[in-house]
Amino acid sequence: MIRIENLTKSFKNENSRLVALNNVSANIGNGELLGIIGSSGAGKSTLIRHLSLIEQPDSGTIWLDEIDLFKLKGRDLLRMRRQLGIVFQGYHLLEQKNVYENIAFPLQLVKMSKTEIKKRVDELISLVGLNGKAQAYPVQLSGGQKQRVAIARALASSPSLLLCDEPTSALDVVTTKSILDLLVEIHRKTQVTIVIITHELSVVKAVCQRVIVMDEGSFVEDGSVKQVFTSPKHEMTKLLLGYQEGQL
Amino acid sequence: MTELLIKGTFDTLYIVSMSTLFALIGGLPIGVLLVIWQKNGIAPFVYGEKILSSFVNTVRSIPFIILIIALFPFTRLIVGRSYGIQASIVALVVGAIPFVARLVESALAEVDEGLIKAAITMGATSWQIVVKVYLVESVPALIRLVSLTMITLVGYAAMAGVVGGGGLGDIAIRYGLHRYQTDVMLLTIVIMVIMVQLIQSSFNFIANRQDRRRP
Repeated sequence: MIRIENLTKSFKNENSRLVALNNVSANIGNGELLGIIGSSGAGKSTLIRHLSLIEQPDSGTIWLDEIDLFKLKGRDLLRMRRQLGIVFQGYHLLEQKNVYENIAFPLQLVKMSKTEIKKRVDELISLVGLNGKAQAYPVQLSGGQKQRVAIARALASSPSLLLCDEPTSALDVVTTKSILDLLVEIHRKTQVTIVIITHELSVVKAVCQRVIVMDEGSFVEDGSVKQVFTSPKHEMTKLLLGYQEGQL
Repeated sequence: MTELLIKGTFDTLYIVSMSTLFALIGGLPIGVLLVIWQKNGIAPFVYGEKILSSFVNTVRSIPFIILIIALFPFTRLIVGRSYGIQASIVALVVGAIPFVARLVESALAEVDEGLIKAAITMGATSWQIVVKVYLVESVPALIRLVSLTMITLVGYAAMAGVVGGGGLGDIAIRYGLHRYQTDVMLLTIVIMVIMVQLIQSSFNFIANRQDRRRP
């Protein structure tokens, strides 16, 4: 169970103060498949940086079960980061390493034995549907395949949370669908908690059970996808929905 | 004369490879520190970076021929005398360390910043990021850097010949210049041109083979 509690973060410029996260709170239950949606500037990136433990809040905190994540220091912090799997929009794979070595990377960080690594990586390669690609280098892969490698890498250390930061925004429609199907399948098989942060309504509609709408640093709506999208209350939600319909 | 040139060639090769080796040993860690100590680096230490950077700039701004002479006392301390092959190597290493450090710095700066961030979120320690991300990802650039250093040192080693540093430069100056033996002068130049070509093409070959970013 993850509890985001009154999380606040602002950035100061010379003469302006930008509130990126304004006292946001939410509970994320184990095994949930949650979407967080908002337009650019809504505070999504700042939220991700906090969830991935590379940014400290001004106030408030995030709890993972009984652990206050922002009180962790040194080794404990590294250990906690290893329990989070993150998928990035830009893949960020090691270009000089092949698929196998990329997926093995987080396991090598914790000095897992070679035989254990092999077993785990082989499992993951077949889970994400990259059989036969173990020896390929990233340059030889398509965008969708690269994102599959990134997903496998994020899952390698059996994380309690899989955080996806705009996972399909660099992909075409068909590839997006296959990656989203993969995420749903992973969720069904492993029951890992998945949080997808995106600006694309279609992504949330396609896979999520619950959605949080972000606007100007706040969580303005939080509920089941069906409920939020059929009877939107906040202006931003309506805007997101209207914009989408206008496009179609 | 042939014997002389063969010996000179081997001396130059020896001087160049030994100095490159030691310059890498000294320059690689400095280059890494220059990157990771930066304000946005993975282990920020701004004062350390500033001090290291000004040391590098200072040594790099001294003309090499002056550096050799200025280093005489130091060279004597290390190898017992200020002329000959060993002495050349000392001066070349001191001159090349800052050069290598800057090359390493720019090679590592090419590594995708997002990948470094990703490694941090995966719980990698600073040491692991240096060894498993920065150095691994810049292997082709580092191989090219070795050839660049060697070629620069072929030229520098010839300069060390002015003060009796041994090798082809020494021969060119003693026979070609002082005794007006133009044929010796020309031959040393030809040998050095071939040497540089061979270094360049062989390291390019290795670097390209190691570059996994080529489809």
